[in-house]
Amino acid sequence: MPLIIYKSHDGNTQEVHAEVGTSIMQAAVDNGIDGILGECGGCCSCATCHCYVDPAWVAKAGEPDSTEKDMLDCVLDPQDTSRLSCQIVITDEMDGIIIAMPKSQY
Amino acid sequence: MSEHCIIIGASHAAAQLVSSLRQEGWEGKISLIGDEPNLPYHRPPLSKAFFVGEKTEDELLIRAADFYDKNNVDLLLGSRVTKIDRDAKKITLEDGAEIAYTKLALTTGARVRKIPFTGCELAGVFYMRDLNDVKQTHKFTGPGKSAVIIGGGYIGLETAASLRKIGMNVIVIEAMERVLQRVTAPEVSAFYTRVHTEEGVDIRTQAGVDAIVGEKHVTGVRLADGTTVPADLVIIGVGVIPNIELAKEAGLTIDNGIAVNEFATTNDPDIVAAGDCTNHYNPIYDRKLRLESVQNATDQAKIAAKSICGKPEAYNALPWFWSDQYDLKLQIAGLSQGFDQVIIRGNSEQGRSFAAFYFSKGRFIAVDAINRPKEFMMSKRALTSGQTADPLKLADESIEIKDVFN
Ligand SMILES: Cc1cc2nc3c(=O)[nH]c(=O)nc-3n(C[C@H](O)[C@H](O)[C@H](O)COP(=O)(O)OP(=O)(O)OC[C@H]3O[C@@H](n4cnc5c(N)ncnc54)[C@H](O)[C@@H]3O)c2cc1C
Ligand code: FES
Repeated sequence: MPLIIYKSHDGNTQEVHAEVGTSIMQAAVDNGIDGILGECGGCCSCATCHCYVDPAWVAKAGEPDSTEKDMLDCVLDPQDTSRLSCQIVITDEMDGIIIAMPKSQY
Repeated sequence: MSEHCIIIGASHAAAQLVSSLRQEGWEGKISLIGDEPNLPYHRPPLSKAFFVGEKTEDELLIRAADFYDKNNVDLLLGSRVTKIDRDAKKITLEDGAEIAYTKLALTTGARVRKIPFTGCELAGVFYMRDLNDVKQTHKFTGPGKSAVIIGGGYIGLETAASLRKIGMNVIVIEAMERVLQRVTAPEVSAFYTRVHTEEGVDIRTQAGVDAIVGEKHVTGVRLADGTTVPADLVIIGVGVIPNIELAKEAGLTIDNGIAVNEFATTNDPDIVAAGDCTNHYNPIYDRKLRLESVQNATDQAKIAAKSICGKPEAYNALPWFWSDQYDLKLQIAGLSQGFDQVIIRGNSEQGRSFAAFYFSKGRFIAVDAINRPKEFMMSKRALTSGQTADPLKLADESIEIKDVFN
């Protein structure tokens, strides 16, 4: 199972082994990681799962679709590598991926 | 006695409460008691992705099954609490067993409002609330079959869209003048009526139901005007009632829901409540609210957990909601009730993308955004921070929505 490393806004990290096929959001929620809420359950409606993908991993995380892009365009504290974590489906290639959470989600 | 938090009702609010309790440092025991046999699951997909088979039962779980183990939670599912004894600080289960608590959380949610139509006991007649009910409906669905939906609210309309996706003939019966009458502007109701009609749904407003007819199995619905429409499946969606009885019998204050203060605490300092079962004061709208949304269940549960852990924080979240039908992604921020002005951005009479901004006495109070994620996101931010907006600019699509709010 790929390892996901979650970095909180104050720099703490938590490591989680997650099932391939679930989302970065679901893996966070299943492991009680603070900072990713996932209110809409992953249907791209809430943006309470906003995260920053570590630049080295951006390509592996794939491309956001147009709805996600529009949502990201208007989130608080956007960065170049902003994503909605419910839209990133975990693959074997993501083993070791680093995901940081925005301050506004705490 | 060692600390023990009992949570009654195992759904959205409860799942968040468990997580937040541990995040806030609760080291005592946690017991989660729910009368449904399932682990807490997402209810919204019941009328959407789950209904049409795009999501499996496992994918409905709010948190993975091992989450509860990892967080040291005693699960008592398929088990109903029948009594709370606040003096002795214990609860009683259906089978008579008693369990003592030091802190109690009520997340008992809401149940469907039932209407005793003649024929409501026939096979093929359902309400939409619980996973078990929705699973049963699948025996009555199939391409070419007919369904009648009683109630043109969000859940009724979502179910209509799902049934069309399966290829069924669908009639929606609504008693009021328009669908979604209680919750949206006439423009938005007209839009949904148009799209459903385009998609082949027969929407009948100002229509009453006389009886559900059939021998053992439903075969039709007789309307107040005397006509009978055919039905292999009837789904009734006419609202919910908060589950307050347990709290009431325990002497907790009830006021259209279990009354809680801004810290999600009832009139008993050791008992918190969160989600659909509560009534609370909202500072943004300066009134008391009983909300029926995942947002409220989740956000209020976080506040309740903080209170239990002795770190009280006031609840002041902005209500928001969503609804998915066909290719329409509706996102709602704020509460539109009481609006006296509606501004439409885009065209609600053609196509499938526009936003309705609601104002009350000149103040921006809510938005219904249909396939307009930017309008939703910017409005949510503005409403949260108390920012208003210029109606003229909102209506002008040549101005970027981000510039309207900046
Ligand atoms: C079909 C459908 C679609 C929806 N779509 C959306 C949507 O798109 N967006 C949105 O925001 N919201 C939606 N909602 C509403 C949302 O699901 C609710 O707001 C949410 O479930 C509330 O969560 P809760 O934890 O407060 O209570 P509930 O989900 O109502 O759960 C309460 C639980 O407590 C149990 N319980 C009650 N009394 C007892 C007792 N004495 N002992 C043991 N257990 C007890 C109940 O059986 C139930 O399992 C939808 C609801 C339905 C039914
Ligand atoms: S969980 Fe709601 S948008 Fe990701």
